[in-house]
Amino acid sequence: MPILRNGAVIEDKWVLLDEADEPQAGTPLVVPSEIWRASRDRYLKWYGPLGIRLSPADEPSAIAHDFGRFELIEIDFPVFGDGRGFSIARLLRERYDYQGELRAVGDILRDQFLFLDRCGFDTLAVRQDQVGAWKEALSELSTPYQAATDKRTTVLSHRHPAKAAE
Amino acid sequence: MYRYDEYDETLVQERVDQFRGQVARRLSGELTENQFRPLRLMNGLYLQLHSYMLRVAIPYGVLSSTQMHRLADIARRYDKGYGHFTTRQNFQYNWPRLEDTPDILQDLADVEMHAIQTSGNCIRNVTSDEFAGVAPDETHDPRIACEIIRQWSSFHPEFSFLPRKFKIAVSGAKSDRAAIKVHDIGLRQYQNEDGETGYEVMVGGGQGRTPMIAKTIRPFLLEKHLLSYLEAIMRVYNRFGRRDNKYKARIKILVHEMGAAAFSGLVEEEWEQLKDTSLQLPEAEVERIQSYFEPPAYEDINEPVASFENKRTEDKGFAAWVNTSVFPHKQAGYAAAIISLKPIGGVPGDASAEQMDAIADLADQYSLGELRVTHAQNLVLAYVKKSDLYALWQGLVEADLATANQGLITDIIVCPGLDYCQLATARSIPIAQEIAERFADIRRQHDIGNLYVNISGCINACGHHHVGHIGILGLEKKGQESYQITLGGRADEHAAIGERVGPAFSYETIVDAVETIVDTYIGIRETDERFIDTLTRTGTDVFKEALYADPA
Repeated sequence: MPILRNGAVIEDKWVLLDEADEPQAGTPLVVPSEIWRASRDRYLKWYGPLGIRLSPADEPSAIAHDFGRFELIEIDFPVFGDGRGFSIARLLRERYDYQGELRAVGDILRDQFLFLDRCGFDTLAVRQDQVGAWKEALSELSTPYQAATDKRTTVLSHRHPAKAAE
Repeated sequence: MYRYDEYDETLVQERVDQFRGQVARRLSGELTENQFRPLRLMNGLYLQLHSYMLRVAIPYGVLSSTQMHRLADIARRYDKGYGHFTTRQNFQYNWPRLEDTPDILQDLADVEMHAIQTSGNCIRNVTSDEFAGVAPDETHDPRIACEIIRQWSSFHPEFSFLPRKFKIAVSGAKSDRAAIKVHDIGLRQYQNEDGETGYEVMVGGGQGRTPMIAKTIRPFLLEKHLLSYLEAIMRVYNRFGRRDNKYKARIKILVHEMGAAAFSGLVEEEWEQLKDTSLQLPEAEVERIQSYFEPPAYEDINEPVASFENKRTEDKGFAAWVNTSVFPHKQAGYAAAIISLKPIGGVPGDASAEQMDAIADLADQYSLGELRVTHAQNLVLAYVKKSDLYALWQGLVEADLATANQGLITDIIVCPGLDYCQLATARSIPIAQEIAERFADIRRQHDIGNLYVNISGCINACGHHHVGHIGILGLEKKGQESYQITLGGRADEHAAIGERVGPAFSYETIVDAVETIVDTYIGIRETDERFIDTLTRTGTDVFKEALYADPA
């Protein structure tokens, strides 16, 4: 699937771990969370860039102490209606101060791009037919009511500029 | 009432433009119905048995006469000349064409209305007390919290794909007229012993196939923490609510399975991290919203109002209407008037375009141009001078809207049922009509007194049967409609789920069964005892005996 960052398709260097056919050392490797839990020590020593793929049921606090090791955290959306990933993303960014790349993968729709962006995702694995939808999707709602992970100016700070400046 | 500023206006307009694009993509075939479904649901557009259905939000039930005229206008231009007020204080069009819906939404946006989040697994329209701002027993005006919640929950990036729909209700009075204990979150606003304003936070109430009364998870929450606490609840629900089974996905199941104490613990833990963030609203914003709900400039009027009292003795029809349809007011010389949308033989909650226009005109003439929708599917004029009540009543008589049955046995809450709804298992509207006709005699209705009959056409309970004094649930058994009766439900501050009395009744016998219950009550009640109080005193056995006695 094409990977979008700020609406542009970027090259995807990451490989999702397949235990039966482990890639060679140095390959940027994404480890699914259940394998990570079982073989953490082994993959901590992975020679090369390391990422993890979280499922929506994963507890972010359980991997927070390893964040220094991850360049990428992927959050899976098994079906588009499963919104748990939005909460996990905000927790990673706002509660655990994760600074690396945060990527949404799975069944995501263009109509969710804005919300994903607002919750702190910076890359999205999107369907081929939705690659061009970014700009329109992001502009469908210009000024949000509520604050989220992003730095968009909210309605509130427009209404009360002094407060926003504090 | 609240008025949009440029930011509210922009958001709603952007939503219309977005939906216009989505409908175009659907009509061109770029989107399949499956792909279109979640998008149309975010704008309140359902696909029903015979047609699309568009649900328009009426935030906490408050609308202006201009908006009411617009609803009428749309009903004439794009629908069959009528519409339906719902139990969630919203409004529905039953026959719009898909290609017209962007224009309808534009017409609504032009008068500061929309259909945002009236369906889908998101935070729905916040509901409240129809007498907000005017009820004598009110300590805090719930509309301010409602508007704050409306804005915070609109297009919430984290909470738009919840396990299931989510309903919040707010009350700020001693009597609960917003049924807060049967909502996902119920907020009761009050002042604590230290003189601080805040909320009792109740979670996990609801109806549907697993009815439950909400549990208090925090007895007192300071006002300023409202949004951070809501955000904590929503985050816990979004993460841990069940998604494996649609019927177990509401927050009530999570609270029930986990236990209220454990659930509360998770929320408090989350809230600790959130409470001092920007979710704490600046006072300037609270004051800004508050300013829209300041009391109007009332006239100084001395009670009693002679002209009103005189008419009441002179005109029996007027007196009967006053007895059921006039609600006391905070301000001397004023009253709130309830307009019944339950004419005998009519469809409860329905109003024709002509009636809507007439009501809007009466609101302009007698009630500062403002209207309220009640969760019992009636309307309220909240600022009527007592000296105007007689003229108002005459206007209502002329528009065929003076049915004096508020709170009586023919003031029935009913879902659309099998006549419209895709989910329904039985007809509900005809049952309501037959009950109304059986008890049409207004003297008999008054003799019976306060009695809520609620009817649902399926287990989803949109007709609130669980909380009706007499609840009727329509099911399908071997191809036949059959109706279960529950007794003792109530949605007020003593909220309770009704108890099933026994085997179901057929379409042909259900109205007789209701009459048997009523006659039984008449036979055993003590002086001035309401149905629900008799039931509380005697229990249900005496009613069961009457219903299921061997006819031989």
